[in-house]
Amino acid sequence: MLNKSSKEVLSKLTEMGSDISGQIERGEFPRLKLPSRTTSNIVFDEKLNQFILGEQRAERSASNIKQIRSLTQLLWVASFAKRLVNEGKSSTLRDLYYHSLNYGIKFREQLESDDTVTDLEGLLMEPREAFNIFPKERSAIFGDLAIEYTTPETHKGKKANLSSNPDGVMVGLSVAQAEFHECKADKVFVIEKNAVFRRFIEERVYEKFNSILIDTAGQAPRLARLLIRRLNLELGLPVYLLTDADPWGMHIAMVIIRGSANAAHLRELTTSKAKWAGLWATDIKRFNLPSFPLTKLDEQRIRLLEADMRYRDFEWQSELQEFKKTKRRTELESFSAHGLTAIVDKYLPKKLKMLEEME
Amino acid sequence: MSREKFQSISAADFFYKNREIAGFDNPVRATYTIIRELVENALDACEQYSIKPEVRVKLIDEGSSIYRLKIEDNGIGVPYDQVPYAFAQILFGSKYTLRQSRGIFGLGGKMAILYGQITSHSTVKVMSSTGGFEKYSYELNINIQENHPIIRKKEVTPNPARWRGTIVQFNFEGDYIRAKPKIVEYFRQTSVLMPYANIFFVDPEGVLYRFDRITDVMPKPAEEVKPHPYGVDLEVVQRMINASRSNNMGDFLANNFHRVGVATALNFLKSVKISADANPKTLQPKDLLTIVSRMKDYDGFQPPDAQCLSPIGNDLLEKGIMREYKPEFVAVTQRGASAYSGYPFIVEAAIAYGGDIPIAPPDEMTVFRYANKIPLLYDLHSDVAMKVIKKINWQRYKLEPNSMPLAFFIHICATKVPYKTVGKEYIADRPEVEYEIEWALKTCAREMRMHLAKKDRVSSMQRRLTVFERYLPLISQFSTELSGAPNQPNIEKVLKRLQANAKQVEQRSLVQTD
Repeated sequence: MLNKSSKEVLSKLTEMGSDISGQIERGEFPRLKLPSRTTSNIVFDEKLNQFILGEQRAERSASNIKQIRSLTQLLWVASFAKRLVNEGKSSTLRDLYYHSLNYGIKFREQLESDDTVTDLEGLLMEPREAFNIFPKERSAIFGDLAIEYTTPETHKGKKANLSSNPDGVMVGLSVAQAEFHECKADKVFVIEKNAVFRRFIEERVYEKFNSILIDTAGQAPRLARLLIRRLNLELGLPVYLLTDADPWGMHIAMVIIRGSANAAHLRELTTSKAKWAGLWATDIKRFNLPSFPLTKLDEQRIRLLEADMRYRDFEWQSELQEFKKTKRRTELESFSAHGLTAIVDKYLPKKLKMLEEME
Repeated sequence: MSREKFQSISAADFFYKNREIAGFDNPVRATYTIIRELVENALDACEQYSIKPEVRVKLIDEGSSIYRLKIEDNGIGVPYDQVPYAFAQILFGSKYTLRQSRGIFGLGGKMAILYGQITSHSTVKVMSSTGGFEKYSYELNINIQENHPIIRKKEVTPNPARWRGTIVQFNFEGDYIRAKPKIVEYFRQTSVLMPYANIFFVDPEGVLYRFDRITDVMPKPAEEVKPHPYGVDLEVVQRMINASRSNNMGDFLANNFHRVGVATALNFLKSVKISADANPKTLQPKDLLTIVSRMKDYDGFQPPDAQCLSPIGNDLLEKGIMREYKPEFVAVTQRGASAYSGYPFIVEAAIAYGGDIPIAPPDEMTVFRYANKIPLLYDLHSDVAMKVIKKINWQRYKLEPNSMPLAFFIHICATKVPYKTVGKEYIADRPEVEYEIEWALKTCAREMRMHLAKKDRVSSMQRRLTVFERYLPLISQFSTELSGAPNQPNIEKVLKRLQANAKQVEQRSLVQTD
């Protein structure tokens, strides 16, 4: 997805520059229109099964004293992106922020430059990875999957097996963009927590369940989401999501399945067929797990999710109701109360069977 | 048992014994008062005859705390035979009528001369001419007990150049070093109200302070008027009757009072039930009392008018302030004539902003007060102007007297200034005066607020331009980097549109201000 669009990205950036230059030549105040990212313009698309941006457009015009600065910033980020793509280099949001200090483009803080990058994503309808700006990596993958690198130039054509490192392999640009060569696994477990990811490796879940393991370390970064999507679509592997039994955990699963409002301007990051395999609110009773009372913040979050379009399906709603009823939550680690291997020996087989029956 | 000894004392004797009430209580104050009194006499001698004043003052240190003052004006001059009385007899003078002038009885100047004679045991030298064929020099002393001039020397010389004016010289004991700040401030503030005067002052240190004429326009001089019925008392009316030739009350009132005609006089007499034909000279004391007390509250009289006043006027006030303090902006206003107790008065005010106007120290304000063109330098906090300034809610006008470079000027001109004390340093809070000052200042404040708002608009326009000038070249640069075009687009056209825009905004704000 990234490689094939880099030419497209370049032509979009060039067009943007010619457009602005033309306006200046004609003596007009240069301006740009981009999709508005206000909450009122974020709508749920039934067909795509994810959030997308609506029809509203926001203007950045040089005739407006309040917008001229952000227009200039947007153009700078665009020119920076063009250089990155042209020279085959990559950068991070933090790096971009520091870079801006050389150009008389005053971002008040990194939040502002991050936001401008998101504006450019919306304008180009491309994720920032498409113009080589990447977030900090923190997710990892482990499993019997042979890949061939396509980037960077230095590694192009080199092959690797993702089971080579017992700590897991970091999911960076190169892994996310690599070609899948050979895969013996027949499913993917996506785990919210590094501790459980390690337990799964130690307990050889990759062998016992013939699976690929992915650690998202909390909310899944975009490259992890991209990789999960590719594993599901390109290799046809079913994806099971394991999170804590609380509103935050279930939302990690939801974002992988149906996307986030933050990235409503982006498509092709979601894995709509992924399954949330728990922990469910009902699992607390089902597996007799130690649990804790919900905090006020948890309860607020539940009320918010109840109204969220992405949660309108019956299963999701009933889980939310269960949380409201029991007012209790628990974590993946709580299985340790039944022994170190309980989550692998007892939970996984039973849960996979349940999911199968539900189909 | 002792016997009380009754004796009358002369006016000169009285003032000699009570010199502190007129501002001669110590050498520092005396130095200031002497200069002030003589400068004011000099200015009055010019202004009342529409002569553009040229006043030169020189103060020379003669040692042992004795100073020699020499003051020269180009005024109307004193007639030959009047000189001894004008300079050496207390309570003699040309100022006994009702019109605006700096002094009323011509007392201050002679007090100064008297003080000089007492402290330095010397004579006063006067040279004067009314511009005729002769000029005349006198050396005079005051006979304090008799209040009578003593002529020590007298000389008449030809005046081929037709010089006109008066030169006065005398010695006195003083303290210039300590009086200096007030004296310099006095000259400075005096000159503010007189941009049509040339005033020079050479101090004992040889420093020349000069305040140059910047306009030939002078305010119209004050005219003499008859007393208004609101402002007279039994004694004054009795004297007027004695001096009058009228033999019936109707004529007497119509001929001798300000703004009283035949009809008003007849109506008034009807209201006190006294016949218009009654002879004033044979009026019963009881009837006279009725008339005088009725005069104070009878509402059929026309209010006193202002022809007897000589306000500076907006233009001159603005010019004067501009010359001395070079403010960025000054709002001036002149109120219509008003009256208190039968004395007409006019309040003029100005608020100046920026330029040489300093930001007042904490808890203070820069206030310049004037009464009949005399700057008042003492007792600011007892003055009615200060009371008004403290009362006004300046925030409503977006003004902050404590943190903005603001100065307030208040000038009250009146046939009789309501001073609180003989020292003529601050104005009593008469409600009528207070009201006029308040509205004068508020009018200025409104104009000042509009000016500052306009300035804000223009400066925000300026700021906008700076922002555009900063970002447009960057936009042009980045868009070229993006498009890969060989040349950057020219931003001149866009900038020109902006400047045209800015001009429009400025003009619009001008229209709004008008």
